Amino acid sequence: MVEYHAAEGEEPSVTLDAFLDQSNATAVRLEPDDDARALIPFLDRLALVEIAFPKFRDGRGYSSARILREAGYTGELRAQGDVLVDQIAFMKRCGFDSFAPEAPLNPEAVERALLTYDQHYQGAADAAVPVWKLRHG
Amino acid sequence: MYKYDNYDQAIVDARVAEFRDQVNRRLRGEITEDQFKPLRLMNGLYLQLHAYMLRVAIPYGTLDSRQMRMLAHIARKYDRDYGHFTTRQNIQYNWIKLEECGDLLEELASVEMHAIQTSGNCIRNISSDQYAGAAADEIADPRPWAELLRQWSTFHPEFSYLPRKFKIAVIAANEDRAAMRLHDIGIQLVEREGKLGAAFYVGGGMGRTPMIAPLIKDFVPIEDYLSYSEACLRVYNRYGRRDNIYKARIKILVHEIGAEEYARQVEEEFAHVKTLGIDPPAAELERIAAFFAPPPFEAGLSKDIDRSDPDFAVWLDQNVKPHKEAGYSIVNISLKPIGGIPGDASSAQIDVMADLAEQYSFDELRVTHAQNIVLPHVAKRDLYAVWQALNAAELANANLDLISDIIACPGLDYCSLANARSIPIAQKIATRFSDAERQRDLGELKLKISGCINACGHHHAGHIGILGVDRKGVENYQLTLGGSGAEDVSIGKITGPGFDEDGIVDAVERATDKYKELREPGERFVDTYRRVGMEPFKEAIYG
Repeated sequence: MVEYHAAEGEEPSVTLDAFLDQSNATAVRLEPDDDARALIPFLDRLALVEIAFPKFRDGRGYSSARILREAGYTGELRAQGDVLVDQIAFMKRCGFDSFAPEAPLNPEAVERALLTYDQHYQGAADAAVPVWKLRHG
Repeated sequence: MYKYDNYDQAIVDARVAEFRDQVNRRLRGEITEDQFKPLRLMNGLYLQLHAYMLRVAIPYGTLDSRQMRMLAHIARKYDRDYGHFTTRQNIQYNWIKLEECGDLLEELASVEMHAIQTSGNCIRNISSDQYAGAAADEIADPRPWAELLRQWSTFHPEFSYLPRKFKIAVIAANEDRAAMRLHDIGIQLVEREGKLGAAFYVGGGMGRTPMIAPLIKDFVPIEDYLSYSEACLRVYNRYGRRDNIYKARIKILVHEIGAEEYARQVEEEFAHVKTLGIDPPAAELERIAAFFAPPPFEAGLSKDIDRSDPDFAVWLDQNVKPHKEAGYSIVNISLKPIGGIPGDASSAQIDVMADLAEQYSFDELRVTHAQNIVLPHVAKRDLYAVWQALNAAELANANLDLISDIIACPGLDYCSLANARSIPIAQKIATRFSDAERQRDLGELKLKISGCINACGHHHAGHIGILGVDRKGVENYQLTLGGSGAEDVSIGKITGPGFDEDGIVDAVERATDKYKELREPGERFVDTYRRVGMEPFKEAIYG
């Protein structure tokens, strides 16, 4: 299932610089050229990390997401911006669990895209078991 | 030969269904061309000057007769009865209809083939040594390691929207037959104290800024192979430039921050990535390697070859290479007939090559980066029969590595990026040098032609390279000398002002005449050039 985010009533996310300057924010927004590793010391007080995709072709956000999940971040990880149906499966595998696309997506198409692949060759930030592990138990 | 299991087949089948859906959405107008473009590109489908072009992956250039026959069938049914073998060991079809793509891919999937990641800003088909498993000088068969990378890189969720395309080659011999150091990552399997490891060269490439990949790490223990690759890619994905398409390849990143700093960052990332458990256990590599076990070579076969047919003897000396097994040879099939289109083969010719592989080469074929085909394991006693069959199919061109064995991109005859035609230049040069004696006298001479600065025709790596440019609306050809894609890797240098179509052929001839005048015994063209430098050639060319 895909969670679509509803903006009502949530704390606005701050930029990475602002977050690093002030200690009490719980929501932060990463631009593609922000270094996600700067957040690692503060993961336990973050409730939301919003990762911006100004253009879908810019794939830096996939690495940012994985870096945060690999460091143990368990809060909401949101892909925001030019988020299209054909990228959502990759995003989920990299650890995103909510999506704020600029243009609305057809929910049926999203569900279909997410169901396309049952098997994955490589491990990532989701729970999928890589094929090599399935082969060797 | 690797064989799919249910997992591999399920992934490729799912891809067919997914791409069919994407094509249908495009045909119905639900997605724009701008949105469709990166999707079709990730499946090797380009919109060219006249039609869609589909690039089919031939992983590390290895295929069997069943797959080869399918390539012929595709050419017959969906194209104009021919295919074009490429410098990345793939095949391209030039006249594909969008609405037929789904059916075509389904047919390919039935023989364990696909077009996944043959274009787009992702990790492309892994290339390798066309003599893998047959060459005496390899320390291991590189193909299991290439297959491991194929699986790891297929639909990699983090690395499917890289700054730019990403090409990896894996070799396992000191003789480099795969232009390894002209790849984004070139991997050479090496041995140290009896243990297998991998040397990583990162940041090579051609294009408008050719670079030879520097050594980033001389020995990555083989159990860290994928983790180290993942670290290399992650550093690139985060820091590779995205502001300028011409500066987005990893070679620019490595060049700008320096090989040492790049290596340091990879090392730092690797220390973390290694904790994630992404390297499969040895059992998985053993499973894959078992598919590449040597075929049942016969011991004690005769090494004698009857050379009484002079045409056969010429072909034998030029196109047949030593095999690691005494009674066998490696046969190179040149797809470079004089006046033909480099790399093209008709459906009928593809079928002939498939039949010969099945009958005489343990059912195996290879595609080379020089756009030729290899039968890797032919018994010496069968060489004459193989030659006769090739000769009957106009496939016995005895010009391997000679001046008419030209690499050429499709150029302005097909490609929407090209500035100039490549194919007619290749045809004119081959025709000028058509005399077989003359070619053999010139010896090994790698001539490579690109129709634009993207360098798909590898001109930077040509002993003689030709680059077609557009000069105020007129095709103009620049000449470079001294490049090499082999273990003596180098980037060619431009001679001076460019030439028109006939002028470039004359210039090539003047350069080769000069070589004949200056060469010392045993020197190849490129050796003489390296010894005497550009000046004497420049004088000869420009007078």
